[in-house]
Amino acid sequence: MNIIKHRKIFLSFSSLLVLVSIAAIAVFGLKPGIDFAGGALWQIKLATDYGLQTTGNLKYFFENDLSVKNIMIFPAENNGFLIRMSHISEEQHQQYLQSLKNKFGEVEELRFEGIGPTIGKALKQKAVWAIILVILGISLYITFAFRKVSYPIKSWKYGVITLITLFHDVMIPAGLLAILGWRLGVEIDTNFVVALLVVMGFSIHDTIVVFDRIRENLLLQKNRLDLPVIINDSINQTIARSINTSLTLVLTLLALFFFGPTALKYFILTILVGTVIGTYSSIFVASPLLLYFGYSKK
Amino acid sequence: MNKNNSLILLILIIFLTAITGVFIYPQGLGKKYIPWRLGLDLVGGSHLVYEIDMKDIVSSEKDSVASGLREVIEKRVNLFGVSEPQVTVAKEGDSYRLIVELAGIKDVSTAINEIGATPFLEFREMIGAGTSTQFLSTNLTGRYLKSAQLNFDQTIGSPSLSLEFNDEGAKIFEEITGRNVGKQLCTFIDYQPADCATVQEKISGGKARITGKFTVDEVKQMASRFNAGALPAPINLASQQTIGASLGQESLEKALFAGALGILIIILFMIVYYRGFGFFASLALIIYAILVAGIFKLGITMTLAGIAGFILSIGMAVDANILIFERTKEEIKRGLSKMAATEEGFRRAWPSIRDSNISTIITSIILYYFTTSFIKGFALALLIGVLVSMFSAITITRTMLRVFIKK
Repeated sequence: MNIIKHRKIFLSFSSLLVLVSIAAIAVFGLKPGIDFAGGALWQIKLATDYGLQTTGNLKYFFENDLSVKNIMIFPAENNGFLIRMSHISEEQHQQYLQSLKNKFGEVEELRFEGIGPTIGKALKQKAVWAIILVILGISLYITFAFRKVSYPIKSWKYGVITLITLFHDVMIPAGLLAILGWRLGVEIDTNFVVALLVVMGFSIHDTIVVFDRIRENLLLQKNRLDLPVIINDSINQTIARSINTSLTLVLTLLALFFFGPTALKYFILTILVGTVIGTYSSIFVASPLLLYFGYSKK
Repeated sequence: MNKNNSLILLILIIFLTAITGVFIYPQGLGKKYIPWRLGLDLVGGSHLVYEIDMKDIVSSEKDSVASGLREVIEKRVNLFGVSEPQVTVAKEGDSYRLIVELAGIKDVSTAINEIGATPFLEFREMIGAGTSTQFLSTNLTGRYLKSAQLNFDQTIGSPSLSLEFNDEGAKIFEEITGRNVGKQLCTFIDYQPADCATVQEKISGGKARITGKFTVDEVKQMASRFNAGALPAPINLASQQTIGASLGQESLEKALFAGALGILIIILFMIVYYRGFGFFASLALIIYAILVAGIFKLGITMTLAGIAGFILSIGMAVDANILIFERTKEEIKRGLSKMAATEEGFRRAWPSIRDSNISTIITSIILYYFTTSFIKGFALALLIGVLVSMFSAITITRTMLRVFIKK
């Protein structure tokens, strides 16, 4: 397969996906979850099944009887409901629970999360720090790992390309989440940031497999430097490994997505999309980019 | 390493795995001696974060106030009968937080009320006179309280609360009463004035008495609350995360099912694609899963995030094997014997395995240090998983192949 020859197609496709993602984030925004913005998330289960109207009835009850503003209610499995509202105190929480019981009969509380705005602010800062440190740590490591092959491609270039690939792999799942936030009200929380960081780790993992082979082939063929051929050969030699290593991960993620705990659904989805994109980019984006960068300073 | 040594190593590994297997099985011996410790998102429970109000405390005292507060709350929480409640102080910049984790608690709202009912006691000096009086906080608070007791006034028979301070508190009390002779000194409980009295003389010995208009029952309740501990600084509930027991149980079952399914699919894939090699990699994967579970059981509380990290690491565990086998295939194509190609495959694949795993290790260490307890569980599981997977995919698989491949 001649990937280098068709690199313009792959790079355009990737650029398009990244642009769409950036546009989605810019237009729809990423909805911050309660751990960033503060608020309450309440999962309850009604003992009595009131049929399809229940979500609407619950919303009406909260808005009129309890006069709660800005409330969103999502139906969940087994007559359960997920209620999202602004931060409430523990007294209000107990009072609402009692009112719900009076109106709708027995209510089982599956989960209640109430997070004050101060906590959210601290978490946001920590998340930003974690992202910066991961990016920094990984690119330094790549530069270090490839220090011995500075000819014909300088070792820091591997680091820079890895960063570009990282950006690509992180923007696309983030764009997807922006679209999901717009259509389904999906919010991004700390788990989302963790998922992105994990995607970064994996994306590097795949990119390294290809780069490592390029590194090896460059060392083997010091006399006969035909960069496009070496890069293309390296990709073809490693394509089975790249796909297979990701495939086992994707299979486990699929099992978790379909059969795993509901609480982790979007966390797993983010990692899943990131892993697939990461594998694609290590083959079709990172290596062709290496060629552009390599040529420019010849 | 020759074949005999490999055989001995293999037997050792199998022996270790068998012992770990018995130990992690949730029934029988494993349950009897070291039961699994499950986090509150799996057994249900509550994660409470309190903001400690330190605005009246000088900065050099803040650390000791926070640790005193932790002890008071821990003592109180222990009364709920929760197994291993965890109370920790988290310091972030200037703000201090108290984190209370109650796993397996049934009645969260009562627990929150009880923690919130921990009284905050302070003494205030009265400044000014007539209509322009002001109450000025002193540094004498519940922090220095040793005990509290219900008493009856000997002449009228009305109930009163007698307080006894520790040595440090006694000194402060002596100093405060000394500078306020002839003036009013007031006791505030939870910011409400409980009692004011004119100081007759400097009081040493660290004993005070509150005689407000209280009923006997009120004083009794106050005494028992003060004895359980008075707060050295006020606290506010900033966040809570409560998971019902049934949701926790459901999450646990689903996570375990997904994990088992994941392992099964990987084994099928490996055997179909890599045949004999895949079979050995699958055995190594099973050994891997058992060993990692054993490490977790040794001292880590399992949370949902931890299990997710573990399952992800299963997906990655065969990575190294795939890298090695693909390399081995290439070497066989180049004309090496199966045995030599395998050794070469292991040798040549090592730099990729090392480099790619180090990036995940970097990520998990940063995640561990920079995030909340829920994510720490995930990061730790991923880290342990990646480290053990390097051992299982390389050492264990290679040992098995050395023993079983015909020359």
